[in-house]
Amino acid sequence: MAEQKKVRLVIERQDGPEAQPYTQEFDVDYRPGLNIVAALMEIQKNPVTVDGKRVPPVVWECNCLEKVCGACMMVINGKPRQACCSLVDNLTQPIRIAPARTFPVIRDLLIDRSVMFESLKKIQGWVNVDGSWESTDAPRQNPYTAATAYEISHCMTCGCCLEACPNVGPQSDFIGPAPTVQAYLFNLHPLGAYDAPKRLNALMEKGGITSCGNSQNCVEVCPKNIKLTTYLAQLNRDVNKQALRNIFNE
Amino acid sequence: MANKEVKVIVVGGGLAGLMATLKILEGGGKVDLFSYCPVKRSHSLCAQGGINACMDLKGEHDSIYEHFDDTVYGGDFLADQLAVKGMVETAPKIIKMFDRMGVPFTRNPEGALDMRNFGGQKNKRTLFAGSTTGQQLLYALDEQVRRWEVKGGVKKYEFWEFIKVIKNKDGVVRGIVAQNMNSNEIVSFPADVVILATGGPGQVFGRCTASTICNGSAVTSVYKDGAHLANPEFIQIHPTAIPGSDKNRLMSEACRGEGGRVWVWRENPETHEKERWYFLEDMYPAYGNLVPRDVASRAIYKVCVHMGLGMHEPNRVYLDLSHIPKDYLERKLGGILEMYEDFVGKSPAEVPMEIFPSVHYSMGGIWVDRKHHTNIPGLMAAGECDYQYHGANRLGANSLLSATYSGIVAGPEALRLARSGELGEPLTDAEMEAARQECVKEFDAIRNMNGPENAHKLHHEMGEIMYKYVSIERDNIGLDQCLKELKGILKRWDNIGVTDHGNWANQEAMFVRQLRNMILYAMVVTKGARCRDESRGAHAKIVLDESGNRVTTPDGELVFMGRDDEHFMQTTIVDYDPKTEEPQVSYMEFDHSLIKPRARNYAVAKKE
Repeated sequence: MAEQKKVRLVIERQDGPEAQPYTQEFDVDYRPGLNIVAALMEIQKNPVTVDGKRVPPVVWECNCLEKVCGACMMVINGKPRQACCSLVDNLTQPIRIAPARTFPVIRDLLIDRSVMFESLKKIQGWVNVDGSWESTDAPRQNPYTAATAYEISHCMTCGCCLEACPNVGPQSDFIGPAPTVQAYLFNLHPLGAYDAPKRLNALMEKGGITSCGNSQNCVEVCPKNIKLTTYLAQLNRDVNKQALRNIFNE
Repeated sequence: MANKEVKVIVVGGGLAGLMATLKILEGGGKVDLFSYCPVKRSHSLCAQGGINACMDLKGEHDSIYEHFDDTVYGGDFLADQLAVKGMVETAPKIIKMFDRMGVPFTRNPEGALDMRNFGGQKNKRTLFAGSTTGQQLLYALDEQVRRWEVKGGVKKYEFWEFIKVIKNKDGVVRGIVAQNMNSNEIVSFPADVVILATGGPGQVFGRCTASTICNGSAVTSVYKDGAHLANPEFIQIHPTAIPGSDKNRLMSEACRGEGGRVWVWRENPETHEKERWYFLEDMYPAYGNLVPRDVASRAIYKVCVHMGLGMHEPNRVYLDLSHIPKDYLERKLGGILEMYEDFVGKSPAEVPMEIFPSVHYSMGGIWVDRKHHTNIPGLMAAGECDYQYHGANRLGANSLLSATYSGIVAGPEALRLARSGELGEPLTDAEMEAARQECVKEFDAIRNMNGPENAHKLHHEMGEIMYKYVSIERDNIGLDQCLKELKGILKRWDNIGVTDHGNWANQEAMFVRQLRNMILYAMVVTKGARCRDESRGAHAKIVLDESGNRVTTPDGELVFMGRDDEHFMQTTIVDYDPKTEEPQVSYMEFDHSLIKPRARNYAVAKKE
């Protein structure tokens, strides 16, 4: 019988928010179709490093394993991505895994992304409906516009684009591509459009769209292939128009 | 009492939990919303194909009655008919609500809502947003609840795990104990009413289509505190999933709704030439590939396991979309085609997908009345964690509907109950502290476990056992054996050892606590199946002869027990016996006053 092929994982670990990071290496059995979450699950079953040391299993966040929930974003071989759909077959070994340090690390690969959900409040990421009760029907929508909305509405707030963006970090207040582009989504909806000026004004504030440096990294890493830079550019025009409107209305 | 400020604790932030939250906030109540994860990452988002509602937008003269009848017939006459009636009548209003909230439903060229076919229904009744309908519906409610977070009224406790309910001296639930999953701090929270909306128990089967968070642990916790569970033996096996070692990934029924065909190679019995056998179309001419899930899963299982026609090792059948134009597929099924490419590396537009059935959904769960009260006063349940609406088998695209609808019912009812003055005394500080201490003690004991067993390996073993004995085909000897093996697993739980003894984001210890609840739930499913001596919906039981062998017909076909309305047209009720930790089964009458039971046969068109 041929020797079982192994996959080497080099994992950057950290015991708590204030602790010093360190790395540990693990080998897991190779199998076709193996992905990074499945490999981390194997470590849970046998948390022993290549040096034979028994250690606490690696801590990370995952839910759906289908690239829809956004939970398992981490930096794999230098690129922010969802661990569940990162197939070992497509990665150079040893595979280096680290937490997305744009966000505060809680433990190991587990990070605190609450800042993104707070940003969705700032841009008023919702349609301001009267209530969930029965009311008049929603207006029809141009199917092409609806298709664009559908594309943007795939954003799962995973944070890949924030991790990749050079302007998100301690040096800037930029809320990042994902929450910014959500403003465009709600401005597209026939009822959401009523509040478009509010959203555009919010994006004029500190941390808004002027903080985008157009480095275009975001669109490269978006796991949902959302044309982030296209919508950022469109929003930039909309914000400028709104600024002019504000001047003339004063 | 109407002006008194009331607070409801909602546990779970999927569709049902968020919908209930929204209704309570709109009614002037306060909500503490607890979730394992940011609510935007809840499992509702994995639903792909759509949501059913009779909108009749395709000139088919669809009617609400037809939706009602399809649901009851599809559920093999085990669903409470008055409850189902309420759900299907509300369905079109739910769609209009989501449309106003901005759900990007797929539209027809006129800009109106598009509709598609789904299993077990002859009319186009399924609204959809591409193939990520659950994600889009969940986001809409997530956004509305976020709006209320800004307005005030709801406080989210994300990354908090529910441990147990706390009752006052009259036995009324007036609070919960929960644990911060990062700091591992354990805290008691008071409330007027508690709603559980904690989703399904898929992880009890190990690999399934559910998220890793769907472990049913919260359900077991209240079962141990006296809540009835109902119809737990009815576990839906979805016919089309991509098998995987970490999880089985769902391939939506929408594939078949949009024209996908299921086939295997076979030798034609007459011409002896190799041919593609579209066995569902052959076996069920009236519904073809769109038979309900239980029927399709049994057929695939039969073709693979009993007829030996499955491909590869282990068994697979083809789900074929490659005859459908690529741009049409992209528009209607984009998201899931991408998923198949991501995880398998091949394009379903070019080659047939290789699939096999997988555990998918639990029709059973916490027993609730039609207002979603459990049998424990002050405790309500909504969504997949309850047992309502689906009987013995759920129709595709009825789950997003039932999740939302149960929140619509449970939310206002929780508010009414909270304001009713029927709840007795709030919890005393001593009661809250005692409950908290109990949970702290348990957690400390777990994180100091030092035995030889690994919890994740034990979980895997349990999943294998459940698949072996309690999935598509069941028999009484196997079920007895399963109970025996599960008791062994429960015993081995005591010998678990953890390597993480810390008290900071200790996922291992939290998993060990969940695992014990999963084992108890596995016993509930198995016992429910053992006691129900009939076949109905997803529960198919094989006849054994006196010496325990499987009975077959002269041409070698397995013989299944028939549906036994005389003895088993009743809701299974399972209660926890604290002494033995074993499930106790009894039966309860339910309402089936509107549609008379008739034989369920998808080979012919449905007759009402």
